[in-house]
Order: sequence, then C-alpha cells, then structure tokens
Amino acid sequence: MSVATSSAIRPRRAARTGRWGQGYMRERRLAALLFVLPSLLFLAVFVVYPIVNAFYLSLHRYNLLEPPVWNGLGRYQLLLEDARFLKALGNTFLFAVMTVPLGTVISLLLAVLINQSIRGIYFFRTAYYLPVVTSFVAVSFIWLWIYEPQFGVLNQLLEKMGLPTFAWLRDPNTAMLSIAILSIWKNAGYNMIIFLAGLQGIPDYLYEAAEIDGAGATQRFWYITLPLLSPTTFFVFVVYFIGALQMFTQSWILTQGGPLDSTLTVVYLIYQNGFEFLKMGSAAAMSVVLFVFISIVTYINTRIVRYDTHYN
Amino acid sequence: MTPTTTESARALKTAQVGEMAQRGQALMSQGEASLAAMRLLKIGALYLLLIFLALIFIFPFIWSFLTSVKSDAEVFAQGVTLPSVWRFDNYIRSVQSYNLLRYLFNSTLVSVIVAVAQLALASTAGFAFARLQFPGRDLLFVAVVATLMVPSQATLVPLFVLVKHWPLLGDNDIWGQGGFGMLDSYWALTVPLFATAYGTFLLRQFFLTLPADLEDAARIDGSSEFGIYWRIALPLSGPALATLGIFSFQNMFNDFVWPLVTTRSDVMKTIQVGLAQFRREGTTDWTLLMAGTMIATVPILLVFMLGQRYFTQGIALSGIKG
Repeated sequence: MSVATSSAIRPRRAARTGRWGQGYMRERRLAALLFVLPSLLFLAVFVVYPIVNAFYLSLHRYNLLEPPVWNGLGRYQLLLEDARFLKALGNTFLFAVMTVPLGTVISLLLAVLINQSIRGIYFFRTAYYLPVVTSFVAVSFIWLWIYEPQFGVLNQLLEKMGLPTFAWLRDPNTAMLSIAILSIWKNAGYNMIIFLAGLQGIPDYLYEAAEIDGAGATQRFWYITLPLLSPTTFFVFVVYFIGALQMFTQSWILTQGGPLDSTLTVVYLIYQNGFEFLKMGSAAAMSVVLFVFISIVTYINTRIVRYDTHYN
Repeated sequence: MTPTTTESARALKTAQVGEMAQRGQALMSQGEASLAAMRLLKIGALYLLLIFLALIFIFPFIWSFLTSVKSDAEVFAQGVTLPSVWRFDNYIRSVQSYNLLRYLFNSTLVSVIVAVAQLALASTAGFAFARLQFPGRDLLFVAVVATLMVPSQATLVPLFVLVKHWPLLGDNDIWGQGGFGMLDSYWALTVPLFATAYGTFLLRQFFLTLPADLEDAARIDGSSEFGIYWRIALPLSGPALATLGIFSFQNMFNDFVWPLVTTRSDVMKTIQVGLAQFRREGTTDWTLLMAGTMIATVPILLVFMLGQRYFTQGIALSGIKG
C-alpha cells in the first residue's frame, strides 16, 4: 500500500541543479518551507505544546485563577491514594477488555460477509455503517431509551421471549456492560470498512489455488484470510484499544459515571477534576498517566506489527 | 486507491464465473442438480443473515424516529407499534423548548470552517512533503506523523489552559491574563482544530501518486511552485480532497468533549452540546428527546448520503497508517 518515494525523479532533479544554478534551487527551497510552515506552526502550538504543558502542569497545584504552584510529584502521589482514580483506571481497562476483542472479531466477520459480490450488498454495507456516521451523543440517547427498564424496547423484547430482564444502566453490575454493547454496535461499521480494505488487498489467485487444492471455505478463512489480514487486525485492535481508553461521552450522557462509580472512566475524572473542581494539576497528572498508557499500547504495536505475513 | 476499478473487475469476473456455471449446468447430471439446490439454499440463508444484521444496525434509528412522532401516552404502550397519529409537532415543540436551530447553525458553521482550514493546511504541507525538496524534509515529516500518537483527550486540559490564556482575545491582556481568551467564542471552536497531522499524511500519500511529468512540464514553462500546487496538484486531487473534507466535517460536527468544555453561553453551543443538555436537565420527555436526537442526526445523514463514497474512503485510507 505504501507508495514509492520520489526517488525515481530525484536523479533528474540532481542533474538539473547544475543547469539551473544555485539561486533557483534556493528560491524553490524557500517556497517549500512556506508551504509546510503554517501546518507545522498549528501542530506545534495546538498539539505539541499542550502535551508538553500537560507534564509541566502535572507537577503543580493549579486552579486556573492563580499562577501554578510547584508541587513536585505531589499530584501523582494523590492519584495513587485516590480510590476513585484507581477505580476509574480499572473501569477503563474493563471497558477496553469488554469491547476491543469482541468488537474486532465482529467487525472482521461483518467485513467477510459484505466482501461478497452478490446483489444488493451495497445496501447492507450502508446499513452496517449507519451508526458510525451519527454522533455518540445521539446514539447514547437512542440507547438510553432502548435500555429504559420499564418501557424500553429491550426489556419488552426479553420479556416476550421469556428471558430475564435487567435494570441495565441503573444497575452497577450491568451498567458498564450496557455501555460496552452500544459502543460495539456504534463502532462495528468503522472497523468493518478497514477490514474490507484489507480483504480486498488479498490477491484472488491465492483463494483460487487453495480451492483447486480442495480447501473448503473455513480452511481458506483460517489459512489465507486470517494470516494475511494480521497487519490490518493489529491496526484495528490497537486503534480500537486507544479509543476505548478514552471513553467519556457515553458515560457522561447515560450514567454520569454512576451508579456507584461503576462507569467512571479516566477521561471522566479528568473532566470532573479539570472543569468541575478546577483542579487542573490533578487533571493534568491523570492526562499524563493516560498518555503514558496509550504510548505503551502504541509501542507494543510497533514491536508486534513487524511479524507481517506474506505469501509471495 | 480505486475501489471502483477493482469492484468492476470483480463484477466482470463473477459474470464470467456465472457464465461458466451456466454452461456447466447444461452438462449437469441428476446428482449435481441437488447441489445447485443446496447453493440456492445457502444464498437464501446468507440473505437472511444479512437482513437480520441490518435490522440490528437500523432498528434503533427507526425506533427512535417512531418515538419522536408519537403522543406521550403512546410512548409508554407495550410492544413495537406505529403511532396512531403522526405527531410531527413534537419537532416544533422540541425546537421551541431548546435553541436547536441556533445550535445546528453553529455546528454547521464551525464544521465548514474547520474542514476548509484543514484542507488548506494539509494540502499545502502534504504537497511540499510529497513533491518539493527542502532540508530536513523527511525528519519533519516523521515529526508530523509522530503527533498522531498524541491522544486528543490527553491534551484536553492543557489545550483548555492555552486557549483561555490566549493573548488579546476575550478581554485578555498581552500576557493572556484577565479574561476568557478564546473561550465561549467561535475562536475556540475552530482555530485549535485546524492542525491536522492525519490530513497532511493522507494528502501527502495521495500527491506522491501524481505523475511527475505534468509538474516538470509546468516548471519548464516557468510556473512557480504555487502555480504547480494550485493549477496541477489540486485539480487532480478532487476525490482525495473530498474525502478529507467530509471526514473533517463529520468529525467536527459530531465532536462533543471540546465544545462541551469551551462553550458556556447558549448562543455558542453546538448541536451535540445543546442536545446533551436534554439529559442534564433530567427530562424524561421521550418524544421531545427523540425529536431532538433526530434533528441532530438527520443533517449528518444527509451529508453521508451525498458523499457516501468519500466517507468510507477516508476510513479505508486511514488503514494505511498501520
């Protein structure tokens, strides 16, 4: 998928340097710098500086109104002693474990299903993709109504089938599971499209050869599709995992972190500390912890993804 | 890059396979006829599965819409029912109780501004990284890609601190003290989101695929670098630009956390933040809530229907990162 760099045209350029002289080259280089400067400036000010400042603020007591006061690692020490933070950390990982592996498998199966050339497949692709287009706020409200214990359509359905009903979002035991279900539903179409792109990159002759050798559909899936798709799978898994570690909106709308802090996440606590209690130092310390965890996940990915499978 | 050509190639191939199968059928013996019946059964089962899954993904939207046009009494009726009278006045009630049209206007405006700005920044930088030579180019590009690793929620607090202390805006002095800076204005909702490492990466990858001949010819004719960017690179990049534009628009339109923390006054709220306050005020007025949800959903669905191809392309291309 990666495109060859411009090395193909570089020799011609080098030859031209002599012909056009030094002055022309300098002019072109200056023009190039003007092209990248605005973009680099915005990235530096609004992405790089804030993440550096997160480290700085995390070492201070800061309420936004008075100047920051040096506190060393005091904020981090507070976090370690804070039962709610540890609970939020556990909840966040629980959410990731609930959604990421299952969500990845579901998306892969959906992609295999819609990768067939049969009539009307575009309709199904669009249908599965619909939740991705809408916002998490809207989707959360729709599921708030579905999960409603007394009049919600889910409990009504379960009752009709003679199955036990639940309080869903109002029960600390099922609240996180409820949020996980709607999140898997919302994201399935997104990862399905990434898998679909990966599937269409697998050359057809491999399947044809396997078919001639007498491999069935299941065998073809296990021995061709799955191994060749492993880079895509790792990509989906990691991006999904990083997203799950940042869950906030669903919790904010559906449960406000409750009941009994059962859906409290790290980002939720960052929001509370930063924007409700004005404890910017603590909120920054939590942001740094989140950043470190996400960096670890990214790092592990770059280690693992080397083991690509190629059958060429 | 071109799913349509692979698709048509695929379609052609299935057509050929189908033809071969027809020819084969003529030679079929009695035993193989039952095999064909098996295949038909298999396809039937496949469609049933596809339809069942489609229902899972679509039903919540249909259910939400049906609720939005019911009377309050009917909402609490048992079972999945159609409304006896379609009460579209719920929508009018919803718009009257909250400033939804203003929120919708805000969201559309800031999403368009952010999309246009991201296109301008990402296409110029992407062009330079792909087609121009300058010292430190590859190192700078690696730095740009590295910023993709910074999770947006980890910079929420410091970014807020930054825009609050932005000099000379919102009654701030030159040191960024004394006022609100960019907060609670279109500044905060747009400017901090202009930077896009993803867009720069995406367009750079696309510009790399453009043929060098055109560019070289223009250069010989005395065209400036900007001329090449404006008259050659951009016109050839319609689909890639549309993909990034729609992707940016959608992300901004659906964004919740940033507008939530940077807006205070009612006139500055975006549709997502405005909709979210339905819940905060503890309403259990489901018809009103679902009407509001539909109002927040339909505009982006319309954009989706118009630019469907580009929506999914943006995601498929983001897979390149891996």
